Amino acid sequence: MQTKLNRRTISMPARYLINAALIALFLFGGSAFVGSGAVSGYFIKVLMLIGINVILAVSLNVATGYLGQLPLGHAGFMAVGAYTGGIFLKAVRADQASGVQYALCVGAALLLSGIVAGIFGVLIGIPALRLRGDYLAIITLGFGEIIRVVLTNIDEVLGFKFTYGASGLKRIPKITSFFNVALMAVLTCLVIHMIMKSRHGRAVLSIRENEIAAESCGIRTTYYKVMAFTLSAFFAGVAGCLYAGYLGSLQPTTFGFMKSIEILVMVVLGGMGSMLGSVLSATVLTALPEALRAFSDYRMVVYSLVLVLVMIFKPTGLLGQYDFSLSRILEKLMNPKEKRRKKEGGADE
Amino acid sequence: MAFLSTLFSQAINGLQSGSIYALVALGYSMVYGIIMLLNFAHGDIIMVGAYVVWMATANFGLHPVVSILLAVAVSTLLGVTIEKVAYAPLRSSPRLSLLITAIGISFLLENGFQLIFGAGAKVVPEFLSGPSLRLGGATVSFSAMVTLAVTVAIMIGLTLLVQKTRLGKAMRAVSEDMGAAQLMGINLNTTISFTFALGSALAAVASVLYLSSYAQASPTMGSMLGLKAFVAAVLGGIGSLPGAMLGGLVIGLAEALVSAVGLSVWKDGVVFAILIVVLLVRPSGLLGKPIKEKV
Repeated sequence: MQTKLNRRTISMPARYLINAALIALFLFGGSAFVGSGAVSGYFIKVLMLIGINVILAVSLNVATGYLGQLPLGHAGFMAVGAYTGGIFLKAVRADQASGVQYALCVGAALLLSGIVAGIFGVLIGIPALRLRGDYLAIITLGFGEIIRVVLTNIDEVLGFKFTYGASGLKRIPKITSFFNVALMAVLTCLVIHMIMKSRHGRAVLSIRENEIAAESCGIRTTYYKVMAFTLSAFFAGVAGCLYAGYLGSLQPTTFGFMKSIEILVMVVLGGMGSMLGSVLSATVLTALPEALRAFSDYRMVVYSLVLVLVMIFKPTGLLGQYDFSLSRILEKLMNPKEKRRKKEGGADE
Repeated sequence: MAFLSTLFSQAINGLQSGSIYALVALGYSMVYGIIMLLNFAHGDIIMVGAYVVWMATANFGLHPVVSILLAVAVSTLLGVTIEKVAYAPLRSSPRLSLLITAIGISFLLENGFQLIFGAGAKVVPEFLSGPSLRLGGATVSFSAMVTLAVTVAIMIGLTLLVQKTRLGKAMRAVSEDMGAAQLMGINLNTTISFTFALGSALAAVASVLYLSSYAQASPTMGSMLGLKAFVAAVLGGIGSLPGAMLGGLVIGLAEALVSAVGLSVWKDGVVFAILIVVLLVRPSGLLGKPIKEKV
């Protein structure tokens, strides 16, 4: 008890300040570094791709790691977001805007993509989440494939040239910059982290642990399942919009089953339920193939092999449910005499 | 009259592809019934079977019958190996890990074959040829006749096997209650391996029948075929063998119908729409028994 009373801790406002300062440092320091010309354009492109994949992995982690379901249609939500963002950016001619107008256009596109993908999340989630396990995996896969088939075969709606079908949506204003991606990645992690630490997040976690027990404790399981699913879809949509603005053109075939699996591998490898794991594995799995260009043929083989091996030898993923917490580490440093306590959950941005 | 004959030949096409779906769906259904695993790699076993046929006929010039037997043998071996190496160690872990492993194996096979043989499709020389049948204005191709005959024969054989033999009885017992079956002295590993062997052999037969009408093998041919066969298994009621057969035929006919009215690009969409409707309206499928969850 003695140690507990004398324990030196960091107060909550101080934690917020530290975190806000670090985030600001990361964002502005990062974009100053990127803007300084010290790094090549290729490197910046890889960084942006990493950011997009981080958003995708962290958002899928909500449904897979925290909710404990296995949706296989994440690429479908990404596609919805990408096409919404792409069409919107083209319609408002974001490339011709400047200053505040430009920022508004980009912000609106990101928000709109997220919202439309989120609406799809609700629409798909309500029927899909009545099912469990394998059935849920399959029904989301079905929805994902339907989204792809529809995008491939529809090129105009009500007489407007819309998605351009199989030939793809082209000449999308390239709005994605390092700052955009980094900001959205940080925001995604922050929002998801805050929601998961709130009572809503705990309700979602309780569904993962035992759905029947959660329900008998009065948790509205359907509501929270749809909420988590929608949250996941929303950020997938945002990532899709960034992807549209990054590439400048979209093909329906990009968003197939393969893409969903790629995102799933990131989540599973990092550890289902660990945000740090998702971020790290998204970074490594995006950067590694770029670094090993010569072996690009082997990439998917290695991916699938890693997936199987991780499942057999460490089914919880490399980091399990461990998460990074800055204040935990700082407090440990401030209390050097204290014995190592039992690991407790908790993440901090 | 022309419309009727188009409809008739589309129906034959539907039955032909439906039979293939049914054979594959049987494999899904049996495996799911016994270890509650959605075996994603099942579709890729078809692909492996097709590549074996291609290697044997096009590269080594073997007799078609020999190559078919070879395909069945290789697929069976592969199915059992996958079960032993990847699924058996995970038998007591959460179902999610098992499912992810299955997806991993599926991707490993697809990408491994793509690495070895290239992404392009391999043309398999025609190995099932014979006279086609003319019925009124429509023709029924030889391969369609063979496909239907083989499928009917296999379905009868499989039903007898599951209903009348000791191994079939063991399979049914394990799928009903794994623990109780083990206590009664049923060898779990043998039964599960046998189920995988049977399912994979059926997949190989399906791949041969597929090649008889499409004559192409490609690394990703199994994924869409497998997914649709899975839809067929769900439609019929997963775990139910007659259900898998019925589901396969219904999916095949539905696809043919969609093509007949000129919407063939929407084929895949329609199949998945059927899946979603079935899962929502009657998750236990047409012939499946509804399962009540025990707390």
